[in-house]
Amino acid sequence: MSQNSTSAADVQRLQLLQQGVWSPLPLIRRRWLRVSLNLGVLAYVIAAWLSVDVNWDRVAQGMDRGVEFIASFMSPDFVSRSGEIFVGLQESLTMTFTATIIGVLLAVPVGLGAARNIAPAPVYYICRTIIALSRTFQEIIIAILFVAMFGFGPLAGVITLAFATIGFMAKLLAEDIEDAQREPLEAIRATGGTWLQWVNYAVQPQVMPRLIGLSLYRLDINFRESAVIGIVGAGGIGATLNTSINRYDYDTSAAILLLIIAIVLLSEYFSGYVRRWTQ
Amino acid sequence: MPIREKDGQKEWLRREPAKQYAIWAGWMLGGMLFVWCWALISENTIWEFLYDADEQAASLIGRMIPPDWSITGSLMKPLWDTINIATVGTALGILIAFPLAFLAARNTTPHASLRAVALAIIVSSRSINALIWAMLLVTIVGPGIFAGMLAIALRSIGFVGKLLYEAIEEIHPTPVEAITATGASGPQVLAYSVWPQILPAFAGISVYRWDINIREATTLGLVGAGGIGLQMNAAINNLAWAQVATVFVLIFATVVLSEWVSAKVRHAVI
Repeated sequence: MSQNSTSAADVQRLQLLQQGVWSPLPLIRRRWLRVSLNLGVLAYVIAAWLSVDVNWDRVAQGMDRGVEFIASFMSPDFVSRSGEIFVGLQESLTMTFTATIIGVLLAVPVGLGAARNIAPAPVYYICRTIIALSRTFQEIIIAILFVAMFGFGPLAGVITLAFATIGFMAKLLAEDIEDAQREPLEAIRATGGTWLQWVNYAVQPQVMPRLIGLSLYRLDINFRESAVIGIVGAGGIGATLNTSINRYDYDTSAAILLLIIAIVLLSEYFSGYVRRWTQ
Repeated sequence: MPIREKDGQKEWLRREPAKQYAIWAGWMLGGMLFVWCWALISENTIWEFLYDADEQAASLIGRMIPPDWSITGSLMKPLWDTINIATVGTALGILIAFPLAFLAARNTTPHASLRAVALAIIVSSRSINALIWAMLLVTIVGPGIFAGMLAIALRSIGFVGKLLYEAIEEIHPTPVEAITATGASGPQVLAYSVWPQILPAFAGISVYRWDINIREATTLGLVGAGGIGLQMNAAINNLAWAQVATVFVLIFATVVLSEWVSAKVRHAVI
């Protein structure tokens, strides 16, 4: 099989080495796989290049506007739309906070159910289905559905973010529980504790630091997402941002983007601090 | 160990009383903040819409089933566009993120000021969602697949850059010293001691980002940046929920497939 071809290549490489010619080892040892992968990539690039039509005239026309947008970061306008920006940011932040708490609270039972080492098979499959559903679709798609069901406003956003949080947190929590050390689990079980006591004293202490860290990370993600779902009417700063961009009011857009970046940075700094403190 | 005397008997406490009160106060403040946030949201919600939410949900699902399979053929080109947006966008993003990561890593950066600039670029790119980048780029380069690719690339820079520079900072210094000791030039040191060490992480990160980008590319059409999202948006605006359901099924299948590919590749390289 390929064993022969690789050893032949090795012999050839050795002969070249003896003549003083060195070449690095190929990344993929099997020659047929290497060649077909390279050909596949080449074929894809050609196919993609042929099927993408870019209107370069339009791109060239837009360049002025691009420069204008970048320049607007030097002169962000926080003032003239300050009312809308304040309300939008407040809504985004409150949505983020409530949705993360509700989502994490709901994710804990789902995560427990999705851990193979502590959940019975039917519960395991139900919980894994919930996780897969929540993780496959982007927040914005879920937001469209929830806006259609619950009407415009921040409530649809909260439900969207909470739903997305469930999938994210439950999956990582379940993986963490599956990686938990067996000894404490057996020890608490041997004392005759109930299932709840078992989870509280054997599982919880092992996963808590990571759960806190992940919750803070998710808080951060939810804030970033809350800036987007406003586009489809689910509340938050996204609607304001969308309007300002569509009006080519780049100074206001730049102000909003800078605020988003600042808040993300702050929350990242804060969560790093808390994570060091809990671990 | 904190111990409290009670009725002549010693009682063990888990924490010092002051610390315990501080923790309770923290929980109370958190609870108050939650209630306050909820009150704000409740104020801005039209609860009348909620009374018939179950009917709305039922009718929505009723109109989605069965999906309208007749449009599947016409969705293939947008789906191909979506995959192109994700793939080309990821490739562009990696191209930019790669040198940036070397500038941002503490052990390979040529100068501290360059490092600060690189970190600033990475943070701004990461903080802003691909959809927002797409909204902006649609107004700059016009609607279409090109705006989508650029949006995906801009968002990927931060993600790939951050994970890659962290990988560079975690490399083993011994091979670097060994290659430097042979008299190798700066680029040679990078190529023969740093690069082989970060290669598995690099491949893993790239494929992981590609997988995420496939998901994100499915929605970029909502703001006019090409791909299957355009068809989804049109179907939603026409309230043709059976067609929306078809798009959802296709997105689901694509995402599952890309996740499978990404898991396979990451399994192979790590």
